[in-house]
Amino acid sequence: MTTSPSSRPVISGALADYDAGDYFCEMMHRGEPPPPEIASLVQRLDHFDLAQLRQRASAAEAELFNLGITFTVYTERESIDRILPFDLIPRIITAAEWAHVEAGVRQRVAALNRFLWDIYHDGAILRDGVVPTALVHGNPNYRPVMRGLDVPGGTYVHICGTDIIRDEHGAFLVLEDNARTPSGVSYVLENRQMMLRVMPDLADGLDLRPVGEYGLQLQAALAEVAPDWASDPQVVLLSPGIFNSAYFEHVFLAREMGVPLVEGRDLVVQNDRVFMRTIGGLRPVHTIYRRLDDAFLDPECFNPDSLLGVPGIVRAYRAGNVTLANAVGTGVADDKAIYAYLPRIIRYYLNEEPILQNVPTHICGEAEGLQYTLDNLADLVVKPVGESGGYGMIIGPHATRDEIESFRKTLLANPANYISQPVVKLSVAPTLCDNGLEKRHVDLRPFAVTGRSTWVLPGGLSRVALRKGSLVVNSSQGGGSKDTWVLAS
Amino acid sequence: MTTVSTPLRAGNDLLSRYAECMLWLARYMERIENLARLIDVTETFVRTGSTANGWQSIIEINADSERFASYSTTINAESVINFYVSARDNPNSIVSLAHAARENARAVRPLISTEMWVQLNMFTNFIRSLSPEHARQNQISALCARIKRECQTQAGITDGTLYRDQAWHFHMIGRSLERADQATRLIDIKYHTLLRPGAMVGSPVDISQWTAVLRAAAGYHAFRRLLPRDLTPGTVVGFLLKNDSFPRSVSTALRQLALSLSALRTDYGLRQAAPIIERVHGVRAILDGQTAQQILIRGLHEFMDWVQVELQGVQTDIATAFWPHEAAAAPLPTGQSQSQS
Repeated sequence: MTTSPSSRPVISGALADYDAGDYFCEMMHRGEPPPPEIASLVQRLDHFDLAQLRQRASAAEAELFNLGITFTVYTERESIDRILPFDLIPRIITAAEWAHVEAGVRQRVAALNRFLWDIYHDGAILRDGVVPTALVHGNPNYRPVMRGLDVPGGTYVHICGTDIIRDEHGAFLVLEDNARTPSGVSYVLENRQMMLRVMPDLADGLDLRPVGEYGLQLQAALAEVAPDWASDPQVVLLSPGIFNSAYFEHVFLAREMGVPLVEGRDLVVQNDRVFMRTIGGLRPVHTIYRRLDDAFLDPECFNPDSLLGVPGIVRAYRAGNVTLANAVGTGVADDKAIYAYLPRIIRYYLNEEPILQNVPTHICGEAEGLQYTLDNLADLVVKPVGESGGYGMIIGPHATRDEIESFRKTLLANPANYISQPVVKLSVAPTLCDNGLEKRHVDLRPFAVTGRSTWVLPGGLSRVALRKGSLVVNSSQGGGSKDTWVLAS
Repeated sequence: MTTVSTPLRAGNDLLSRYAECMLWLARYMERIENLARLIDVTETFVRTGSTANGWQSIIEINADSERFASYSTTINAESVINFYVSARDNPNSIVSLAHAARENARAVRPLISTEMWVQLNMFTNFIRSLSPEHARQNQISALCARIKRECQTQAGITDGTLYRDQAWHFHMIGRSLERADQATRLIDIKYHTLLRPGAMVGSPVDISQWTAVLRAAAGYHAFRRLLPRDLTPGTVVGFLLKNDSFPRSVSTALRQLALSLSALRTDYGLRQAAPIIERVHGVRAILDGQTAQQILIRGLHEFMDWVQVELQGVQTDIATAFWPHEAAAAPLPTGQSQSQS
């Protein structure tokens, strides 16, 4: 590349009509002058013509289908395979940005694990009044069965997915922590494979942080936290089965780790030990990476109707004969209500300032937060804290006056059930759309793997809201994904 | 010190469910290929006007009369082919079998090669795209050829890429069981296909039907090379049942079945395979103990029935030995049971 680092690249090709507006653009808003790697990348991208990009995009799509990198929607009569739409234009993270995000993710995971240990043991943070006791003990995801259990290494959240967005200034903000069974990492690895096949000329010569070692790291971490007496620990991945929409990922991870992918019916508990049924009889199992919610894990302990789980597995867990990853009862820590307290939780346990900020959050259970929320309803997003999925929330700027007034009553009836946040102007990235390369909103989910220590996969899943103007990146609502390029230097 | 061979431990950890799904994946793929062969040969009978009951026979040998009656009131090329190719509510149709194969493959995806999985995806996508248009008489042969080729591609990729541990042996067991079973059905179709009035056993029309059966089994040229001047019902039946060099004969399939079971017993120490091997040897002994002519005289159809029942017994024995109780109750996604047609 001949672009001089001291000048802005000349844009006259595919990116000529690109306009990021007031938003922070992950590719184009990179300061004056932009870092040379990014300038050269922009130049390369600009040199593509749209017809060529479209051709490559459809080749990539066909390949995803043939590879079966799909999530499956079952109807009564048949199964429909859908792919997560893949956008050819990578999302770029510089080395310095990544160092910041990685440190922030590590810090959060450390705080979450300390917090979980505490609330399932002494509850010092509750006694000290930093987090309201009711918020923890009254949380449906708080599992009394975990009280007093010493999990290996003190690790509860072995796999954590932290949802991060950037505001209009490019500041990284945490939107939520996913400390139960975060999914999406398989797309990170598959997207990279796909990207290097379909766009080799774009990546050529760039020093990108690799993502391929995820399976090894995960396997090592899970073996690390197996019960001490297991000299050659058997790790398995427990899946709800082929009907689960994330089944592809379960297969992917089992293969990458080289461990059996089991379902509940493949496991059996005898004398508080877990075994899998093989053609040669029962074989012991020591660590279970379970992609099954707490509620379905053990019909003896939780939902008695669950056919997906393994009767007695929690007994074996409590006896220290098997390690579950993630631990039971982590859902209390990634709850929206606890999220609001996370900066305080970080300070409490680690005696550090948070490296990654939360989206400014007002806790309606606190008088000050409630007053602020009531005064600014038209400008805020107000969310119920209990459940995920975006239900029962209101986006002030998009709501009618009547909706706001009606919501005001709902809020006042149970303020502790709500938090409020400003509407963040999510960053954008150039994305191949019907009219060429256009801005679309993106987020980022880095994945942290923790055995005895924490390792963070460079980059993570970049989801993109493919609908114009949409802020929703979920695959069920028109979201797709991009390859995430972390520059090595 | 003797050399320590590769430890058995890793090899012995095959989940029962995986073994079951590998077996059924292979069976369904083999069944699809053979169903294409059956349709192809029936089409030949009908096109050459050598039969009195035409499309009826394929329904009979698959024991689908009742199900077909609820599907269609007329038996003709279009209705039968739609029934066996694209009818989603017929569990024995190619589209249903392909779906079942893929769901089993999905369950064992951690074990099978990516190349197998990709081919299977492309295959099922092709099968799903089939419409009643494809049932037109003039396209049947081409359609059957395509389906056979897809199955053979899958088999070739499997042979070339599937790691050869116990999972592979269960795949081979499934393929052998199904191939043996389907070979008996292909032979049996002659029993169910009535000669047109006036045509005698051994007449040119009769011989041309046997030739068509040989062609459908991909055995015509080998047979000609072996017995250039002697194409009779007895020699054809003998070839398809007892020839140890023909890859699609019953005896070759039984031999492979015994080999795979023996490998499980000796290489992996799975002693519960022993009585099943004995049972397979028993079937082989009875097959070896009589000539094709004797089988014809004693009743070809009855003998084919007996072989099918024995194969069913072997399947049941395998299930009891390797995926007892809960694992065996695993339902198929479509709600149909994984059973012999």
